[in-house]
Amino acid sequence: MSEDKDSDQPLSKAELAARNRRNIWLGFALAGFVILVLLITVVRLANGIPERM
Amino acid sequence: MTSRLEAESVQTAHAGAWAYVQLMKPRIMLLVVFTALVGLVIAQSITGLTIDIILASIALLAVALGSGAAGAINMWYDSDIDRLMHRTSARPVPAGLIPREEALSFGIILSGVSVLLMWMSSNFVAAVLLALSIFYYGVVYTIWLKRRTPHNIVIGGGAGALPPVIGWAIITGSVSLEAWILFAVIFFWTPPHFWALSLLAKNEYMLAKVPMLPVAHGVSNTRMQILVYSVILVMISSLPVFAGFGGVLYALTSLATGLVFLWMTVDLKFSQAGSETASSRDRLKAMRLFGFSILYLFLLFAVLLIEHGFGVFYPFQGISP
Repeated sequence: MSEDKDSDQPLSKAELAARNRRNIWLGFALAGFVILVLLITVVRLANGIPERM
Repeated sequence: MTSRLEAESVQTAHAGAWAYVQLMKPRIMLLVVFTALVGLVIAQSITGLTIDIILASIALLAVALGSGAAGAINMWYDSDIDRLMHRTSARPVPAGLIPREEALSFGIILSGVSVLLMWMSSNFVAAVLLALSIFYYGVVYTIWLKRRTPHNIVIGGGAGALPPVIGWAIITGSVSLEAWILFAVIFFWTPPHFWALSLLAKNEYMLAKVPMLPVAHGVSNTRMQILVYSVILVMISSLPVFAGFGGVLYALTSLATGLVFLWMTVDLKFSQAGSETASSRDRLKAMRLFGFSILYLFLLFAVLLIEHGFGVFYPFQGISP
């Protein structure tokens, strides 16, 4: 949709707020992904400990 | 024209998280996760294999994200026809809340994330099956079949039927007869379920030039096909009993709900539902069948979940292998 709007035109307050909201959600999503990968790693390592003992 | 684009641009800038949730078709996602959970629980109960509850939860989350990814790809490709139909015109892309290309990017990224999470949390087979189901719905059904053949729903139903197979694979790392029986139940459920809806939306599909069965072969033929597929569905639904993973509770439920399903499809067959001269009562029959089909599938899978998840599985002696 960016091509529909002149890129030199400043964003309104509402548009900036919406963009910030989207960025925050994107940040949450990325953090969530990192936490999930961490969880999987921890659980898999923990499950592997008895096999190595 | 400029003002319309400006309005769309402002609307897009205001798109909140809810628009992205809608892009993932949350109602379909719920059904997908539920049927995958049932496949997973039955696999644990039958094989005795287990998986860490955290890993199982992440694997089911991957199924949900995969379903959402397929939904986003579908909405990207279908945005032109969604705009034409009343039922779909409020979706985020035709409503101007999310740009078309952003829906595609979202779908592709989500596909990758979901398959990766599935592979890491469970195994390669489950990840391949998840990737296959996204490809099947997003590309085979949406791009190749939907606008080309009236059999789109029949063949495309394979995508929606895969989740219990994925659930089974999460536990076992393979697929077996039980998983394919659950696949078959959803596969044969999809045509009567969707054709009941398409009888009501025939004019919209005609406007959008989508060759759904009532548009391509007429409403009378559609009502007949609904009946034929429903008979097959009810027979297939009894297979879990004979394969040994549907107990007494399941047998009674599938018999009772199957009879109601058949009665409703016979009633629909001899109605005028879908035709221009149909009375409101006939239209109601199609609407009721659509609604009941959702309840039917939910009950069958819920009973299997109760039998295997809550220790109330009592198989038929002498019938089960």
